[in-house]
Amino acid sequence: MVASRSVRLAAWHFRRSFASSLGLGLVAVIVLLALAGPWIVPYPDDVAGKVNLADKLLPPSKAHWFGTDEVGNDILTRVIVGARLSLLVGIGITLAAAAIGVPLGILAGTAGGKVREAIMRVTDLFLSVPGLVLAIALVAALGPGIVNAMIALVLVWWPGYVRLAESKALSIRGEPFIEAARVAGAPGLRILWRHVLPNSLSPIIVKMSMDIGQAILAVASLGFIGLGAKPPTPEWGAMISIARGYLPDWWWYAICPGAFIYASVLGFNLLGDGLRDILDPRSHRG
Amino acid sequence: MFAYLLRRFALAGLMLFGLICLTFVIANVAPSDPAVLAAGPDAGKAQIEQARREYGLDKPLPVQFLRYVGDLARGDFGRSIATGRPVGSDLARYFPATLELCIVAMTIGLVVGISLGMLSALFKDQWLDHLTRIFAVSGIALPPFWFGLLLQLGFAVWLGWLPTSGRIGVSTDPGDPITGMLLVDALLRGDGALFWQGLSYIVLPALVLSLPCLASILRVNRSEMVEALRADYITSARAHGVSRWRLVTVHALKNAMIPTLAIIGLRWGWMMSSTVLVETVFDWPGIGLYAVSSAIAGDFKPVMGVTLIVGLNFMLVNLVVDLLYGVLDPRLRDA
Amino acid sequence: MTLVEIRDYRLAFDTFDGTLHVLDGIDLALEAGQTLGIVGETGCGKSVLARSLLRLNESPPARVVSGAILFEGQDVLALPERAMRRLRGRRIAMVFQDPASYLNPLLSIGTQMEDAIRGQESAAGEAKRPRRAIRDHAAGLLASVGLAEPHRLLDSHPHQLSGGMRQRVLIAMALAGNPSVLVADEPTTALDVTVQAQVLALIAGLVKERGLALMLISHDLGVVAASCARVAVMYAGTVVEEAPTAALLANPRHPYAQGLIAAVPDIDNPAHKPRGIPGSIPNLLKPPTGCRFHPRCALATDICRSTKPALRELAPAHRVACHHATPEHPGP
Repeated sequence: MVASRSVRLAAWHFRRSFASSLGLGLVAVIVLLALAGPWIVPYPDDVAGKVNLADKLLPPSKAHWFGTDEVGNDILTRVIVGARLSLLVGIGITLAAAAIGVPLGILAGTAGGKVREAIMRVTDLFLSVPGLVLAIALVAALGPGIVNAMIALVLVWWPGYVRLAESKALSIRGEPFIEAARVAGAPGLRILWRHVLPNSLSPIIVKMSMDIGQAILAVASLGFIGLGAKPPTPEWGAMISIARGYLPDWWWYAICPGAFIYASVLGFNLLGDGLRDILDPRSHRG
Repeated sequence: MFAYLLRRFALAGLMLFGLICLTFVIANVAPSDPAVLAAGPDAGKAQIEQARREYGLDKPLPVQFLRYVGDLARGDFGRSIATGRPVGSDLARYFPATLELCIVAMTIGLVVGISLGMLSALFKDQWLDHLTRIFAVSGIALPPFWFGLLLQLGFAVWLGWLPTSGRIGVSTDPGDPITGMLLVDALLRGDGALFWQGLSYIVLPALVLSLPCLASILRVNRSEMVEALRADYITSARAHGVSRWRLVTVHALKNAMIPTLAIIGLRWGWMMSSTVLVETVFDWPGIGLYAVSSAIAGDFKPVMGVTLIVGLNFMLVNLVVDLLYGVLDPRLRDA
Repeated sequence: MTLVEIRDYRLAFDTFDGTLHVLDGIDLALEAGQTLGIVGETGCGKSVLARSLLRLNESPPARVVSGAILFEGQDVLALPERAMRRLRGRRIAMVFQDPASYLNPLLSIGTQMEDAIRGQESAAGEAKRPRRAIRDHAAGLLASVGLAEPHRLLDSHPHQLSGGMRQRVLIAMALAGNPSVLVADEPTTALDVTVQAQVLALIAGLVKERGLALMLISHDLGVVAASCARVAVMYAGTVVEEAPTAALLANPRHPYAQGLIAAVPDIDNPAHKPRGIPGSIPNLLKPPTGCRFHPRCALATDICRSTKPALRELAPAHRVACHHATPEHPGP
């Protein structure tokens, strides 16, 4: 009864909100492209980096919907293949950041005292440098490349989860039912596992959904400024970086990869928004 | 309030020290040997060793750290390999340009974000609200570097209304910097033509930079306004006959501004870091572009300098935000 | 003269779970200078009814299903917002439950009062007065509700005042437009008992002095009995009994009203054990058919389950909505 009501409520929210459905749809398409990419692209040969200079920099046409790049590869093909990389990287960064941040945050929120102070001060420290600047500093130290970009972004992203999990754990710690469990003699770890974690989960899931989008954007950003994936990796940001050199005459080169970044970030943001309406209706921060 | 401020300042000081530690740690986990970098690309073994001694890189880490702190205290950020100038003077030259860009962008974000947020709260669940919601989510999702390129293409290349990139025309002499912020300097000199020219150059990058910030201000302000308009004190103010305009622009907005303020502080930091992308697209001679070109060249000191400056600036802005909380909320003033 | 007349007023709230039938055919009247108390359990719709007079229920979710609320013959439910604003504060004023949340925490008392006065004056199309005059007006109002140092008070913020002082400020604001009707929604519930008595005495004094008509909403029969000449008892969105206070206390006709009175502890007679009413208030998503009280009523018969009882005048000015209450056979 309770479950069916919440399922119906979720369905009602999504049906009622065009934005949430759009988000769900966009994410579904991106995931599908990431899974099936290499088999459904119009020019599978171009995936491997075939050079076909005769067809280079063609404008959009029936054969090449979004034109071809400087070595004659179909742009749409390369962008679709890039979906897998972007999605994996986005999910990977978010998962890793949450895996570091959430346990630390719950620990800080429930342990209190010196432990909390230490964890939170380090967190604040990482948050004191705006994300992309810190990421660039880290990439500059580690050296450019997609793996290092990912490591840098995980290091930038985890403190957000500490903050969130800590505040959730703190507020839940004060709830009467935790008090009751403690009085009843439940051991600390069990309280953490059974009560604090499940009750903090909703906002964490919402944040993760939004962060996947933001991580995709961040990786593309690093790719664009030349510190992330290196060409000829079919990474969206790096593709735009090359395309920039062919502006304004071959302007269509930049359109397709950018539109895909936009669509995926938009999709994950809208999905997160919709999830928040369902899972975490009381919070409403943008 | 005073004690609160004192605590905030002490905390900021602590954070600054932490920030210095952080940059030092980052610099020392670098797999590349700083001595090799310092000695230059064609240096032989002997030169590298000489550089190592010269920069104190052969000393133990704690000694190196003390030296690093000491240098920073004297305003010495090291030397950029690419420009050959001290990083400190480079920062002094590039920072005002970035600051100017961010201030213009934040102004756009505040004015448009707050007014649209208010409007969509008033017309909640009507077409205007749906439209601004789509606009807001788009604003956060649009890759700034791509959006920047599109705007360049549209307004500069195809329409020709605005210049493509840079901060000022190649043939224009901006004069000696007073504040380093071109628009402010132009106003101080009373140079209208220079001001308009500067404005035409700053419009596009500021617009791109402001969009995500505008979008989140809009969203927070909207939901906080919706919340505030539902509050008991609004019901009673309505019952007492307070006019709708005052109700919305003062009674509700003031309450909605407290959470909005938090997002403004946060977004200032995002904006500072997005300059890295926007300045790259628009060739804006600020610290973002400086950081990117240095990072690509493996030039380490400038990147750390930018990190420190941006972190410091972010901290100061958040201090100001904390002060503004006190201005807005009388409960904090008395606490 | 009848100032306020509520006719067959039905209000519903549209929610995800369905439509809440919050008010179901309310018929009430308030004469000029009269004091009317409305009592009932939490959730019986009394506050929603009070807010309806000034059209303060947020819509959506609130939706007027039928009926009219006439103020001096004009239907406030049909008035445009602009005309409504001429009524708020000027003709009908309202005092609320929790003075802590009904005052804006960020604005000074002075600003809030000035805005109310200015808003009323501009809605009425009067000339703008200088700020000085408005502040003096506000200070005078504060003094009239027994607050000392009114000018200094104008510069203070709500958090600096005690609960009783805040409620006095809200009452002063309600008086700003010199209204003819004062609606007080649980004005003492959030206050300490000793302060409650002071605030009630203040309201009673003001009502007398200014000849106000008072509609006092409370869940506390004692509060209503002390301040109102007439009482209406509400149950689950309906008025079940309306009578002069003394008549209702002495001879309640409706089983619910009887239960309500029996539930009040008697301080003079500790031997009297207050009795609760069995059952709980109904789910307004699916209100009971017929008489909404029938599931909890010992007297319920088939007609109670099928037909909604109308409010009938059983004795002079004593109206009851119960199939089993007759002049010859008053209730059980």
